[in-house]
Formats: sequence, structure tokens, C-alpha cells
Amino acid sequence: MNEIVILSGKGGTGKTSLSAAFATINNNTIVADCDVDAANLHLILQPVNYYDRNFTTGSKALINYDTCTNCGLCIDYCRFDAISFHREKVTISEISCDGCKLCSRICPSHSIQMIPSDKSRWYAGNYRNGKMVHARLAPGEENSGKLVNVVREHAKKTAQETGWETIIIDGPPGIGCAVISSITGTNKAIIVTEPTNSGFHDMKRVLEITANFKVKTVVVINKYDLNESISSKIENWCVENNIPVVGKIAFDPEIVMAMINCQSITEWKPESETSKEIIRIWNQVKTDKCIIQR
Amino acid sequence: MTDHSNLKIAVASGKGGTGKTLVSTNLFWALQNTGTQVTLVDCDAEEPNMAEFISGEVLVRLPVTQNIPVIDSEICTFCGKCFNYCNYNAIVYLPSNHFIKVVEDLCHDCGACTVACRFGAISEKEKQLGTVKTMFLNSNAELIEARADVGVYSPVPVIKKAIHSVNDRSLAIFDSPPGISCPFIATVESADFVVLVTEPTTFGLNDLKLSVETLQQLKKPCGVIVNRAGLGNREVYDWLKANKIPLLLEIPFDREIARIYSEGLLLVEEKPAYQLLFRELLKTIEKLVKR
Ligand code: SF4
Ligand code: SF4
Ligand code: SF4
Ligand code: SF4
Repeated sequence: MNEIVILSGKGGTGKTSLSAAFATINNNTIVADCDVDAANLHLILQPVNYYDRNFTTGSKALINYDTCTNCGLCIDYCRFDAISFHREKVTISEISCDGCKLCSRICPSHSIQMIPSDKSRWYAGNYRNGKMVHARLAPGEENSGKLVNVVREHAKKTAQETGWETIIIDGPPGIGCAVISSITGTNKAIIVTEPTNSGFHDMKRVLEITANFKVKTVVVINKYDLNESISSKIENWCVENNIPVVGKIAFDPEIVMAMINCQSITEWKPESETSKEIIRIWNQVKTDKCIIQR
Repeated sequence: MTDHSNLKIAVASGKGGTGKTLVSTNLFWALQNTGTQVTLVDCDAEEPNMAEFISGEVLVRLPVTQNIPVIDSEICTFCGKCFNYCNYNAIVYLPSNHFIKVVEDLCHDCGACTVACRFGAISEKEKQLGTVKTMFLNSNAELIEARADVGVYSPVPVIKKAIHSVNDRSLAIFDSPPGISCPFIATVESADFVVLVTEPTTFGLNDLKLSVETLQQLKKPCGVIVNRAGLGNREVYDWLKANKIPLLLEIPFDREIARIYSEGLLLVEEKPAYQLLFRELLKTIEKLVKR
């Protein structure tokens, strides 16, 4: 099994457009969209789902007003400021409740129940080049790392069942727990960066994480021509630090046109320079040619 | 200039990289240029980056802490009640080995274990979650940065502290963390108005819908800025119209803007015409809030 994760530090570097292109180059591909907080890849790959499941992230406190005496004791105990008097009635804010259950335990009239919050969902489906697992985290939910694990586990299971080799993981932005969940145990990471000072900075932070997890990592500079001097700064830094820069992609408005037409750039303009460069990058990464063991 | 309002405006986007930082830093700079008392709060505590664009002399650096329970195994009777009360599996309880300990990284500071223990075996100590840094720029402008320490379970307490540090009389701009999870909610909850920055693309619209849905649940008024206008299509505009969400401003796609931003420079300084646009933006928001 070949698990390749696409990362970016902060969003907006074109990570998902690139993942979509990689996902539509070969057949028998499995895609895991681990950007569960703001999933977008399904808009291009348009999977027909055969699975649609709940994901329970925790629980929320709920007051039974038939028995609540409005004594206000629970307000004093809640450390998350989730309970307050609202129009003289004790009220719990669902969004602020952290699910600690303390109010429910101390309520003298046993009027607080914990209700599982299961508004997040995950899905699996068929798309034109293979199968895709994706998810949607409900607003205000915190457990994105766990949901990423569910998505990855199912993608792996699918790979075992089908015997297909490649799993492409569209990773979440940032460097938080969801990112860590999306890279642990993968074989390779591709960091998509852009030539801005903040892009450069974020790339280095993501590299620290992939190095910690001993994942072989390569870099792609997207929209490199928007600032060639920062692009060469990034390239030189990578050379000095033994990180292969496997490709540079010029800014191309056709990437946006492809997205609007629900296609990847390699499907939309297969003969364009951009597509050729992306296919070249993919073939290199897939076959390990560019990768130096770090 | 304008009536010195103490409006709190959050600038957010479903995903990073849409131009949220471009908007918050330039709105801030345009306003302070005109003598308005204004504070910029970097609420993206996991990856603060405002200081790359604007920096000043650090005035105060406040640690943000949570309480971590400490269990004294000499006093503990190994009754197990705290272990049962902890809803986050943050207590390791091995009575046969006379071992009990709080796993700090899992603890949410809910206080349940302290309530549970009838033997007085649990006390609390402070643990640092992050820092809030206030930077002085000039007599009417301050930058407040929330920065969470690496590996803390949630940046929310750091964000709340940063927002609390804003002078009540000052207009404030909150640069919100991306996404729609707790850090985003903690930021927009304290704002009077939310500016959502998006791109006129399929991805942009999808992210925008999620953000708007969340803000509607919170009953927060919002408006939208379309960045990189000209790339993409009209779908976003049609959707805004159909849902009666105000379009506040369009920033065109322009390689020059991309270059200015990439070098950490400010648009309102490099292209003074934008100065006026951002001041107008504030007026538009003020009108919408009054309504
Ligand atoms: S402690 Fe129980 S009875 Fe008292 S206000 Fe809270 S829910 Fe109602
Ligand atoms: S479960 Fe905990 S966080 Fe939620 S309302 Fe009760 S005490 Fe507050
Ligand atoms: S404070 Fe809450 S989360 Fe922390 S150990 Fe005690 S019960 Fe568990
Ligand atoms: S509740 Fe108190 S006495 Fe019981 S196990 Fe916990 S710390 Fe020990």
C-alpha cells in the first residue's frame, strides 16, 4: 500500500486542486479527504456515496424543564460558561458546552441529561477513477483528529478489499492534531507551498512535523511565478536542507476554470503545461524517483 | 473623522488563504491612518501571523493558564470516584498498583474530579496554555496576539483572554481562526459583525455556505468580501443575492496585489487608493450593524 498525503500549512496554496489532479491521473485510486473541517475535494470528484454514517464527537448537556427547579447550582459548577440565566430561566448554550457532564452529576433534581452529539458525518463512494472516503465535521466540534482517523481507517480497509495500491490523502491545513492524524503511518508527503513569506514559514513548520514522523517529504511550489524571488529563496532553502523540490507550477487561471466545471486541471486541459507538470510530478512521486530517504 | 465607535468586527473565512489576513491587516491600517482608535486582535492562536505584516513594541505579555488537578497519592484512598467523574479519560487509575495520575494533555480543566473527591486529595496547579502579547504601534493603534503553546488541547482560553484584553472604548478587528470549529466560534461570539472573505470559486462558495450556516445558528450578522474577483464565476454572487447576504466589497485578482501580499507589505500603503475603499468598508458595516 502506498499512502501519499498532500499538505500545505495554511490553506489557499492549491492543495486540493492538486490532490484532485493526482486523483484523476490513474484508475484504481483511493482518495481520503482528511480536510474534514472544510472538505472540498468531493465537489470535483463527485462521488456517488454508498456509505453515509454518523460520527459521535462527544456529548452535550440538556435540561429537562419538567423537573428543573431553576436553583442555578449548575451555573456555579460549569467552568465553560455554558450555563446562564436567560430570561430568568437556567439555559445551556449547546455550542459552549464542552460535554464534561459535571452539571448533570451535581444537579439536585437530576434534571440534566447528556445527549450524544452526532451531527458530524462520514461517507464513502465511487468516483470516476476509484473510491473516495470523506467527512463533514459539524460546526463547533473539536474532535477532527478522531474523524480523520475514521476516514483513514476506512480508506485502508477499502484498499485491502479492492487490492488497489495507492491512497491519496488530502490533508487538513495547519499543524494541529488533525494534521498529525493524517500523516502518521503514511509513506510520503507532498507539501504544496506558494511563494509568500507566510507560505515559506508554514512550509517549514509542516516539514518539522513530517520529519518528526519520519515521513519522506517533497515540496511543490505552486504559482511560483507570482513572486519568483521568494520562489528561489524557498528552492535554495530546500536544497540546503536536502528536501527535493519535485516541481514548480505557474499560476494558471485554468485551474479555477477546471474547478468551476467540476473537473481536475488534468481532465479539463490535459495538454496544458500545468497538467504536464502535474503528471510529471505525480509519476515521480509515485515511483519514488525523486525521494531521498531523510 | 468618524464617530469613534467601539464596534467589534471579526474577519473570517472558511479556509485560510482566501485573503482574510489581507482584509484584516489593511482595514486596521487604513483606520489607524485616519486617527481612529483601533485594536487588531490576532485570534488565529495556533498560527498567529499578523506580526509579519505589522509589528510594534511589546507592551505586555500575559500568560494564559488553566488549572490542572494534582492528586496526592498519600491522601488518596483509591476510591475511584474522580476517575469515574472524568469524562475525558484524563485520569490514569490503577488501584492495585496504588497509582493515580492526571494526564495533563488530556485534561480540559472541567473541575469534575475536584468536586468528586471527598477526601481532599486533589488540589489544582496552574499550567500555561499560551500567551497574549500586546504591541504598541502608535497612540491610537495596538496589536494583540493570541498564541497557544504547541500541543495544548484547545486554543480557546487564549483567544478569549486576547479578546478580553481589548480596551472597551476601542474599535477592534478580530482576525479569526479558519474553519467552523470552537476557535472560530469563540472569536465570532464576541463580535458585533462578521466579515467573511471568500473567492468566487466552487471551493470558496462551499466554504462560505458552511461559515454562514454556523453564523446563522449563532445569530450573528455577517457580510461578504469577494477576493480575487474576476477569477472564477458568478455563482457566489447569485447565492449571496438569493440569501440576502450583503456583498461588502470586491477586491480584484491582480498580480500586483499578490506580490505586495507575498512580501508581507500592506496594500493601503503600496496602493493608497485602497485606503478609501477600506474606510468605506467600515461605514458600510456600521450602517448594517445599526439596522
Ligand atoms: S442544578 Fe438542576 S435543578 Fe438546578 S438549575 Fe441546574 S438543572 Fe435546574
Ligand atoms: S456538561 Fe460541563 S460544559 Fe456542559 S453545561 Fe454541563 S458543566 Fe457545562
Ligand atoms: S479537571 Fe476534568 S478533565 Fe481534568 S482530570 Fe479532572 S475531571 Fe478530568
Ligand atoms: S476521588 Fe479522591 S480519594 Fe478517590 S480516587 Fe480520586 S483522588 Fe483518590
